[in-house]
Amino acid sequence: MPNVVIKLENVSKQYRLGNVGTGTLSHDLNRIFARVLGKEDPTMKVGVSNKLDTVDGRYVWALQDINLDICDGEVLGIVGKNGAGKSTLLKLMSRVTSPTTGNIKIKGRIASLLEVGTGFHPELTGKENIYLNGAILGMTKKEIDSKFDEIVEFSGVKKYVNTPVKRYSSGMYVRLAFAVAAHLEPEILIVDEVLAVGDAEFQKKAIGKMQSVSRSGRTVLFVSHNLTAVEQLCTKGVLMQNGMLKMEGKVHDITSAYKLMSVDENELRRSGTRVIEFLEYKMANMNGKTIDEVFLGDSFTITATARANEKIDFCDMTLDIRNDSNEFIGHITNSDDHFEIKNISKSDTTSVAVTVKNICFSPGTYYISLWLGNSYGTFDYIENCIRFTIKQGEAFIHRPYPFDKRAKTVLQSSWNFK
Amino acid sequence: MNTANTNEQGNILPDEWTMILRPKRNLLDINLHELWQYRDLIMLFVKRDFVSKFKQTILGPLWFIIQPLLTTIMFTIIFGNIAGIPTDGIPKILFYMTGIVGWTYFSTCLNDTSQTFIKNASIFGKVYFPRLALPISVVISNLVSFVIQFLFLCLFLAYFMIKGADVSPNIHVLWIPFLVLLMAGLGLGFGIIISSLTTKYRDLTHLVTFGVTLWMYATPIIYPLSEIPEKYKLMVLANPMTPVVETFKTALLGVGQINYLHILYSFCFTIVLLAVGIVIFNKVEKTFMDTV
Repeated sequence: MPNVVIKLENVSKQYRLGNVGTGTLSHDLNRIFARVLGKEDPTMKVGVSNKLDTVDGRYVWALQDINLDICDGEVLGIVGKNGAGKSTLLKLMSRVTSPTTGNIKIKGRIASLLEVGTGFHPELTGKENIYLNGAILGMTKKEIDSKFDEIVEFSGVKKYVNTPVKRYSSGMYVRLAFAVAAHLEPEILIVDEVLAVGDAEFQKKAIGKMQSVSRSGRTVLFVSHNLTAVEQLCTKGVLMQNGMLKMEGKVHDITSAYKLMSVDENELRRSGTRVIEFLEYKMANMNGKTIDEVFLGDSFTITATARANEKIDFCDMTLDIRNDSNEFIGHITNSDDHFEIKNISKSDTTSVAVTVKNICFSPGTYYISLWLGNSYGTFDYIENCIRFTIKQGEAFIHRPYPFDKRAKTVLQSSWNFK
Repeated sequence: MNTANTNEQGNILPDEWTMILRPKRNLLDINLHELWQYRDLIMLFVKRDFVSKFKQTILGPLWFIIQPLLTTIMFTIIFGNIAGIPTDGIPKILFYMTGIVGWTYFSTCLNDTSQTFIKNASIFGKVYFPRLALPISVVISNLVSFVIQFLFLCLFLAYFMIKGADVSPNIHVLWIPFLVLLMAGLGLGFGIIISSLTTKYRDLTHLVTFGVTLWMYATPIIYPLSEIPEKYKLMVLANPMTPVVETFKTALLGVGQINYLHILYSFCFTIVLLAVGIVIFNKVEKTFMDTV
C-alpha cells in the first residue's frame, strides 16, 4: 500500500480583499465580540470563491475544501491559471502561513523552493551566500560543507565564488541559487515555478536534477506553467481552478484538461483589414457531414465562405494547424495545389473547399487557423477557429497499445524481409 | 470518522505524522528544540549582519567605536558643560560613555528586533524557518559590537585611572555578564512584542525610535540616580533598565550602590517580558504573511 506522506483535509484559506489598514481594527473587534458571545465568526461566511474578476465580498477564499493525499515517491504537478490557488497551497504546505480551516499532515522533512535565492545578500560573496541560503533552506553547516564543491561545480560560477553576488549577472545569480537548492536532501521537496530561469542549457540541467531527485524516491511537488516540464517530470497531476481542486489524475490527462480549459476561455482572435472576410467555415467528412473528430489516416474537408467588401484581383488562403501545446504542426496553402482565387468583385461571396488527405498527425487535439491575404497584407485571420480531434483508428497503425504522444506525426511504413 | 477524531482531540497526534499544520495552535506550543536545530542559521545571520555592515567602508569596524565616542563628546558638551548636570564626581567623559555603552546595546536590540517581521517579510514569505532565529541573531550580532565598545570603554577607564581619576572598578564587575543578559532580554522582549503588533497596525513603528530616545532620558544615563528628587524616584525605578544601568555604572566606576532587590525586579521583569513576547511572537508568526 502506498505510504501517504502529505494529507490535506478540508484545507481552506481565506484572504481579506483591499487594504488591510483602516477598518481592520473594527473588523477585529467584531470578531472578538462574536467569539465572546459564542457566535460564528462573521468574516467566515462572507467569503466568495476566488474569481479574479468578481469584486463583491470583502473576504475571499483562495483555497476551498482541498482534500488530497500525496504518496511517497510521487512527483505531483500542480497546474492551473493565475489565481487558481496553486501558490497558496504550496505556501500552506511549506509553513509560510497557516490554513484558515482544515489540517495538513506531513511525514518527513520538507524543503520548499518558492523562489530562487531567498535571503541572498548582495554584499556577500558567492561562498558566503551558499552557506546562508543553504541554512535558510534548512541545511546544517556540516551538510553544506560536505556539498560545497558539488554546489559550486553545478552552478558553474567557480571563478566568481569569492565575488559579492551583486556583481553577478542575473543568470549567474540564479544558477548559484538553484545549485544550492538542488543539493537539498529533504524527503519532500516543494518547487514553485523556478525552472523559468536561466538559459536553455541550465534549464535542461535543472530538470535533469529534479528527475534524479524524484528517482531517488523522494516526493516532489511541482507548480509550473511550463506544461512540457510538468509532463516530463511528474507522474501525477492536479488541476486547480478558482481555489478548488478540479481534477486529480495522471499527468497527461491533467495537462490536456488544462490546455482545453485555457483555449475554451479564450475568445476567437481575429485580425486583418477585412477587405475580404470569412463568413463561415466548417469541417466535414468525405460524405459532407459536419464533424469534429477524425481517425488517423482519414481525409476531411474544410469549407470556408468569404465575402469581398471591395474588388479583389487576387488573394491567397492558408490553413495553419496547431496542436494543443500551440505548436505549429501543419501548413496548407492554395498555391500548393495550383489553385487560384482571383477577380472577385465587390460583395461577391465565394466558397472554397479544401480537402486534407490522409491526415497523419499523432492522435490528439488540433486547432486550425484560417488566413486570407496576399503579398500586401492580411485581409482576415481567425486564430484556432476550428477544433478537432484525431483518434488512433485502424487505417494506418496496427498496434495494441496507444500511440506515443511524444511523436508528433505518424509515418506510413512498409516492412519486408530481404 | 478517523480524521475527525484526531481533529477533535487536538493534541493527541498519531505518532506517524512528523507534523500537523492546523489553523490555530496552542498558545504555548513553542518549539524551542527546532530553534536549536537551526543554530547554524542563527550564526550565519550574525555573520551576514557583521560582514554586510562594513562592506565598502574604509573605517570598517572602527565605526563601532566612533558612534559612542561622538555621542559621548556631544553629551559631555551639552549635558555636562552647558547644562551642568552633576556626575557624582566621575570624569564626565567616563560617566557618559559608561551609560551610553550600556544603553546602546539595549536600544539597538530593541530597535532592530522591532522590525523583524516588516523587514524580513520577503524571506518569511518564501521559506519556513523558526522565525525567532532572526531576532535572536540580531541580539547576538549586536553583542559583538557591544563587546568591542566595552573593550574600548575599558581602555578609557584604564587611561583615566592612570591619570589618577577617582574611579574604582570593583568586584561587582562580576555582575556584568548577567547585566548584559538582562539588556539583551529586555531589548529582545520589547522588540518582538512590538514587531508582532506592527504586522497589522503600523502605528507603533513611528513610536519606537523616538520612544526609545525618550526612554533613555527616563534612565540614569545622563544623570546619576542619586540626583533624582524623591518624588520621581519610584517612576525611575519602575523602569526595568534603571537597575541594570545603575549596577553597570557602579561596577565599573565605583560610585553609587547595588540594590539587589532592584536587580531582582529587573530580572523578573525580563523573564515575564520574554515569556509574553515569545508567546505573542509565536502566535503572530503563523499568519503574519497575510496581514503584513
